[in-house]
Amino acid sequence: MLPSTALFRNQTQMPWKKGIQAGLPIAIGYMPIAFTFGLLAKSAGLTLFETVGMSMIVFAGASQYIALSMIAAASGAVELILTTFIMNIRHLLMSASLNERAEDDPKWLKGIYAFFITDETFSVAATSGKKINGGYLLGLGLIAYSSWVVFSGIGFLMGAGLPAALQASMGIALYAMFIALLVPAAKKSRKVIVLAGTAAILNSLFSFVPSLNGGWGIILSTSISAVTIEFFMRGDGTRES
Amino acid sequence: MVHVNPDLIWVIVVMGIVTYIPRMLPLVLLHTNNLHPRIQGILKNVPFAILGALIFPGVLNINPDSYLYGIIGAAAAFIAAWLNLNVILVVLSSILVLYGYTFF
Repeated sequence: MLPSTALFRNQTQMPWKKGIQAGLPIAIGYMPIAFTFGLLAKSAGLTLFETVGMSMIVFAGASQYIALSMIAAASGAVELILTTFIMNIRHLLMSASLNERAEDDPKWLKGIYAFFITDETFSVAATSGKKINGGYLLGLGLIAYSSWVVFSGIGFLMGAGLPAALQASMGIALYAMFIALLVPAAKKSRKVIVLAGTAAILNSLFSFVPSLNGGWGIILSTSISAVTIEFFMRGDGTRES
Repeated sequence: MVHVNPDLIWVIVVMGIVTYIPRMLPLVLLHTNNLHPRIQGILKNVPFAILGALIFPGVLNINPDSYLYGIIGAAAAFIAAWLNLNVILVVLSSILVLYGYTFF
């Protein structure tokens, strides 16, 4: 295809289509995780309705896995809800950061696309450029959401694991996506490298602290890195301490 | 214990509500223009910081038996991303590399 044609196509593409395109790697990455969730939900004694319902209503991978293990361990409802809340507090940080880049959409629209914020949709949206459009976020969120919900159901119904080699190799998908989002930005800015590196080192250290499991490690390492690096490297990273 | 029927569905609904609230509050309530520039700068740092925290140490644990597995997958993704392949190709090539590696 001629470069000019490609350019033209990009310019005329609707934001929601761009969002769907940008969300495809997430949809692929969610497949094995949602599939396994469905499988585990069945063995934890949930019905198909409850399994797909949890994926539709909660839409937060890590906390859904934890919920399954707590249900299997016969934990109380309050404990289950509190754990879910704590696991997902980190979305506050993402929502606030996204708000910095979001266009001035009406509050009801922001209220709708806020539902689709996950580690993955946030990472894709927040690294996608200057201003983020509501249509783009809905396209992005819906493709990721569809994959999550549909493959939760398929996992439940299949009742058998994916072939081991495929399951194992697909586990890299979301990490590969995070790397693909980070590298182009890191090539352009030293500040990005320092931000990501600091948070990566901190989160690795925090992983040895049991009380920081379940979401706190990510919140702490991200906040400490974002705040301290802002103090030392203001602006875009061309200036420095 | 959480009774699977019909209580569980209500527990799931409340789980959904407590998950939605942190997702929604800042987007709906924060007025960006009123924020101190330093705070705005910090919020703009969050995506890159969180990417670092999401990648490490998680990527090392995708195969509980060996760190090497995650390192190979991450290296494949890094090289593909360095060559400016688009995200979906980076994802597919790292899956392929690991898929091949499992047969060695």
